[in-house]
Amino acid sequence: MNDVLVRLEGVTKSFLGVPVLRGIDLELRAGEVHALVGENGAGKSTLLKVLAGAHRPDAGRILVGDREVSFAAPRDAQAAGIAIIHQEFNLLPHRTVAENVYLGREPVRRGQVDRRAMTAGTQRLLEWMGEDGIEPDAEVARLPVARRQVVEIVKALSADAKVLAMDEPTAALAGSEVDRLCDLVRRLRERGIAILYVSHRLREVFELSQRITVLKDGAFVSCSPTEDLSPGELVRQMVGRPLGTLYPARDSDPGEVRLALRGAGNGRLRDLSFDVRAGEIVGLAGLQGSGRSAVARAIWGVEPFTSGVVELDGEPTTITGPRSAVRNGIGYVTEDRQGDGLALRQSVRDNALLVRRAALRGAAARRDSDLGSLLESVAVVARGPDQEVRYLSGGNQQKVVLGKWLAVSPRILIVDEPTRGIDVGAKQTVYRLLRKLAADGLAILMIASELPELLGMSDRILVLHNGAIAGELPAGTSEEAVMGLATGHGLGEV
Amino acid sequence: MTLVRRRLTITPTVTVYLALAALLVIGSILVGANGGVLLDQSGILNILTRSTLLGLVAIGQTMVIVTGSLDLSVAYLAGLCSLVTAETMAGRTSMMVPGVLLALAVAAVVGLINGLVITVLKANAFIATLGVALILRGYLEHNYTGPAGSVPRAFQHLGYDRIGPVPVSALLVLLIGTAVWWFSRRTRTGYHLYAVGGDTEVARLSGVRTSRTIVTAHVLCASMAGLAGVLLAARLGSGAPYAGTDAGYDLESIAAAVLGGAVLTGGRGGVVGTIGGVLILATLDTVFDDLAVDPFLKDVVRGVVLVAAVALYARHRLSRRSS
Repeated sequence: MNDVLVRLEGVTKSFLGVPVLRGIDLELRAGEVHALVGENGAGKSTLLKVLAGAHRPDAGRILVGDREVSFAAPRDAQAAGIAIIHQEFNLLPHRTVAENVYLGREPVRRGQVDRRAMTAGTQRLLEWMGEDGIEPDAEVARLPVARRQVVEIVKALSADAKVLAMDEPTAALAGSEVDRLCDLVRRLRERGIAILYVSHRLREVFELSQRITVLKDGAFVSCSPTEDLSPGELVRQMVGRPLGTLYPARDSDPGEVRLALRGAGNGRLRDLSFDVRAGEIVGLAGLQGSGRSAVARAIWGVEPFTSGVVELDGEPTTITGPRSAVRNGIGYVTEDRQGDGLALRQSVRDNALLVRRAALRGAAARRDSDLGSLLESVAVVARGPDQEVRYLSGGNQQKVVLGKWLAVSPRILIVDEPTRGIDVGAKQTVYRLLRKLAADGLAILMIASELPELLGMSDRILVLHNGAIAGELPAGTSEEAVMGLATGHGLGEV
Repeated sequence: MTLVRRRLTITPTVTVYLALAALLVIGSILVGANGGVLLDQSGILNILTRSTLLGLVAIGQTMVIVTGSLDLSVAYLAGLCSLVTAETMAGRTSMMVPGVLLALAVAAVVGLINGLVITVLKANAFIATLGVALILRGYLEHNYTGPAGSVPRAFQHLGYDRIGPVPVSALLVLLIGTAVWWFSRRTRTGYHLYAVGGDTEVARLSGVRTSRTIVTAHVLCASMAGLAGVLLAARLGSGAPYAGTDAGYDLESIAAAVLGGAVLTGGRGGVVGTIGGVLILATLDTVFDDLAVDPFLKDVVRGVVLVAAVALYARHRLSRRSS
């Protein structure tokens, strides 16, 4: 029964000289759920991509059965019976379930696509999986999001996949949908499919898996039978690394409450209540899909709160959209610096003055006499204000983004993954900048998925779980405590 | 259960034919109040004749739009192919078949070039086909000042014969429309047209040869424009370099496809809806002619209809997404 279907041995991968995977071993057996856990950035996604044929390992072997294979493209991995169920759905919303399942492999009979065979084949697989309630001829866009994942699994199985790698399959799901997916995973396991289950949600990991492999910083930490592990032990293996001296000391005392949420919620967020004070950096922690960025987007009016109250400097305020957010003194450094934060083909000058020109009126909007000091204050290194932003390093680009907000002197700054993809030196500059801005009286709400960063920078940490605040932790708390709350285990169990 | 729901679903295709029916009713009343009859023998003939050539071009255009592409060269191409047809035939009955085949071959080659420029050189479809259109225009302007060549009398039957109020050429378009419908909705390549337009990356990852699919759509589209050129020659008796552009086949074909529910980003639309769109445009023209309306007002109304249709479909999609 428990044949090894796929084995990875010593898989190593670097990007631009930075090792991302260092000698990883992994065994996937028929009829077994193998969980892969680790912090953000531990190398899980890269490992999945190696398995899927999207990345070629620099060293190490991939064995399918007893045969060593080399995947040049995703198609090769599919041919070897390995399918990845991605976080983003790879389906055509306006085609039917059956059309999606057979996309690229449509059966043909007498010159035309055999739609009856497609419907029947899809129906058969759905029944085999024990999934009813999905009509093979229904348009995918009409299915609830949770059910679309089932269609992806059918698509993989119809291509004869024996190994399913599921990347955070429950990240977009809630409550009963999670249970339903877990049931499905169990049924697939009973039918002899090998499943690699990547998840941050430890409850599911313990419920579903027979074995758990832990990765940390691209290295293999352990592989143990699930029954030999406790949640506390697992979390300890996932984290537990000393904080560097990368982070500037806190030297400001919190002042007045600048931003206050009172029972705020919307479709994704529930009953949020917290304050951010002048001079304070409040960290917002949570796993992918917990609603971290949704909080920022809601405060900023992109997807506004539909219930509760938002107070700015004690005044109940309705933020109707980005423009009103800017006019109310809220800045937002988005997660996607290049996509949302900068006009890459425009100059440093135009980017730095973008918000001011858009949000202010008259002479204030045209003012650029302070451009030099503005750029200096955020320590941008550029050939000059006329250089196009796309030629700057990631770190300098991020400084321009910060500068663009400082140009309108906000009261509150929301920063989402402020150091993503920038080197350590630039990270340090950004950290110092944020700390200095706080000292100057700005209220900062910081979102970061790298826990050491969040712990190093925050004066307090709010932990989100499933769109609600699972708890608040003081400065100097541990990664274990944050992970405990973020994975829904609470403090007591860690 | 699902069957019932599907039957109640108001797709753009249903909407466009409901709109066509409403337009025919309103048009009949307006024309009637003016002392005329919209849907008499000559009225029907008029609508169908107007629809024939644009219909062919629009059917082809729909195929490229479905893949997320676009073809702005169809109008000049139709003119070029009418010249190829008429000059090859040069009045000889014996050259009828070679004339048609040569015109279609020229069209297919232009379509192939369009497709390759878009897929291999990765040029944006709008710019790529605009460039090809300019090249064709340059060639036509340099070599022709007016009609050239002539088709034999026998070939003109294709342009003028009719069965009752139905032109033979309209039946031909119906036949071709049916074939293209079958191709797009029943064959593998047809499925892939929609898949590529729906999401190129998803299609690629599912093993669809996306570039080949886009090229196929462009060859098909250009061939339809070429056939329209052949019919132009049959109707006019000679090759007319600017007949296609004078009739605005490039933008009108896109307008008809969009009226019929096609979305310029691809993945949606179809032959049936497009033919409805063509009929609406032709009916509008006929009604306005019967009422002797100022041609400028005519364009204003066509513009309003187009914008209203697109806004309606966009709203419909939004409401469906949020439900």
